[in-house]
Amino acid sequence: MNSRILIRKIGQRREASLVLLIIVLLALVSIRAPGFLAPANIQRIVNDTSILVMVSIGQFFVILAGGIDLSVGSIIGFSGMAASLINEANPGLPAGVVLILGVLIGAGFGMVNGSLVAFGKVPPIITTLGTMSVYRGLTFVMSKGEWVTAHEMTDSYMLLPHGNFLGISNLIWWGIVVSALLYYVSRFTRSGREVYAIGGNKTAAKFVGVSEKKIQFMIFAISGTISGLAGVMWTARYAAAVNETATGFELQTVAACVIGGVSIAGGSGAVPGVILGALFMGIINNALPVINLSPFLQLFIQGAIVLLAMLINTLSEQRRDKKALQERLA
Amino acid sequence: MKRQEDTFNRDVAGPDLVASTRLVNENSLKERLILIFTKWEVLLGVLLLLVFVFFSNISPYFLDTFNLLNTTFTFTEKAVMALPMIFIIMSGDIDISVASIIALSSFSMGYASSMGAGTWELVAIGVAVGLAAGIFNGFFIAKVGMPAIAVTLATQSLFRGISQAVLEDQAYTKYPQSFAYFGQGYVGESLVPFSLVFFLVLAAIMGFVLHKTKYGRKVYAIGNAKEAARFCGVHVNRIRFINFALMGLFSGIAAVLLTSRIGSTRPNIALGYDMEVITLVVLGGVSITGGKGNLFGVLMAIFLLGYLKFGMGLINLSAKVMVITTGVLLIVAVLLPAFLDSVKAWRKLRLQKQGSSMESV
Repeated sequence: MNSRILIRKIGQRREASLVLLIIVLLALVSIRAPGFLAPANIQRIVNDTSILVMVSIGQFFVILAGGIDLSVGSIIGFSGMAASLINEANPGLPAGVVLILGVLIGAGFGMVNGSLVAFGKVPPIITTLGTMSVYRGLTFVMSKGEWVTAHEMTDSYMLLPHGNFLGISNLIWWGIVVSALLYYVSRFTRSGREVYAIGGNKTAAKFVGVSEKKIQFMIFAISGTISGLAGVMWTARYAAAVNETATGFELQTVAACVIGGVSIAGGSGAVPGVILGALFMGIINNALPVINLSPFLQLFIQGAIVLLAMLINTLSEQRRDKKALQERLA
Repeated sequence: MKRQEDTFNRDVAGPDLVASTRLVNENSLKERLILIFTKWEVLLGVLLLLVFVFFSNISPYFLDTFNLLNTTFTFTEKAVMALPMIFIIMSGDIDISVASIIALSSFSMGYASSMGAGTWELVAIGVAVGLAAGIFNGFFIAKVGMPAIAVTLATQSLFRGISQAVLEDQAYTKYPQSFAYFGQGYVGESLVPFSLVFFLVLAAIMGFVLHKTKYGRKVYAIGNAKEAARFCGVHVNRIRFINFALMGLFSGIAAVLLTSRIGSTRPNIALGYDMEVITLVVLGGVSITGGKGNLFGVLMAIFLLGYLKFGMGLINLSAKVMVITTGVLLIVAVLLPAFLDSVKAWRKLRLQKQGSSMESV
């Protein structure tokens, strides 16, 4: 393989163009605000974005199989509130146990989604649109509409994301561990490849013996578990559990996926792209106040970015399909 | 010879397959009653009756003509949006940006009103902005070929984002006096709200379009088998485009009604309406996988959910409990028909097997 083909191949990868895009974005922002590129600030951004990275990878598995999970924000809200309430009621309970309980709650909610989709045959969009409301409503009912604030949480609970190891915060470590684990699952395990198979061609996958039900149950369970973890991290990091935690977060996770080159129709995409997509969103969110743009613009910008990224994905997919067809005809 | 064939089939395919081809008597009174009472619209009617009986026993304020008519104010906007949503869901798409279309349309009216626009100009602007938003969705979905769920998820933020970017934490509250009629007025001197009558007229028109025109039949055809419809010469993408444009138009109308009723525009106006509108349609028996359902079922669902919420409000259940109820109903409305179908299939197979065992005796 000569070097020109190699360069072209790298250029075609979504990850490469995303890295380039992020560098350009960082450069543009740092012209307006030179302090933006300081190592401490970069670490702050990565720290802020770790939760988005984790949940986006969960969302990635669901989208990869051709579904969508709109309930991630509500699961984060519920598990965060539940963990905070447990922590408030039992200050003696080790933070690690509270963390595990929060993760288990998220996993349980994810499995409810998964059961409805896999065994109840309810389409993912309907299931998660419904459970999005149900879980959010349950959060209000459980908390009676009240908040848990910093002085009601134990120090060890708040240290879960804030502590650091080798100079890097625990939250970033969680992001790295979860990303690495799920990268491994998607790339090198049988189940991971089966998710690609189901998303790529459901009928063909069934014929070679892939269990669609098992995969559907699994991806929603993964997404829920990560959201549970994210809920605990979220409330501990911001030292407050409010009922509206992570409302609208599902859009950001879908955004990270489509920016990362995941096809919304399922079957294509990869974890590294999703991580970069999430980082891109994180940088945008953090850059807005720095370059004096109103935070009220955030919703609009997010929507515009998602639409644009999806448009690019769709057009390039269509061009690729057309090219493949022409090659086959030639 | 006959007997030989039978044993052969049984060896190869098992008794179930043999039995499932057997004719059983499905015209007995019991079978017919079961068929009628498991019909979705009948189930909804029974549920509506139960809601009326239950709440009128609990609260003396429920069964009151004035209250029953006035309650419709709270759900006509969603009911109006449910009409084109039938077309969209019927043809296998979905639109989760409708609440944001209301936000955008209401914001435009508020802006125009602050510039001194009159009542009819406001209505025209509200409806036109809704239509434009629907065309925007339709363009990306039907012309470019992007998935409906993805496009409307993005425009959900985009449309609301525009009004939020300009309004920030402010609100428009100045509307002309006569503008209030659409969402608050009554027909003549009667107790009948204008918006209810208006909705019923729209429902009649959309019912006619869905059930009596070529356009409506094509929507069913697309929902049943998109590819087959295309090969039969149905312009699938044109119809999907019109569906989304209609959805925008009706969301604009709903925005006029809602803005007129509450008399103000905040960035969070109509938040959560997407889920409720989709729930109405799915609860009304329209299949999310397309091709099944009718407008009458959706009408039943609209009144069922509207009066259920009214009753729950009367006995002081919080808004959050109602949101949970709506979410559960949405899922149950999809789960239950599939469950009923499989129970029916199982019953039929059992009857068929009974028939075969009787024969062999």
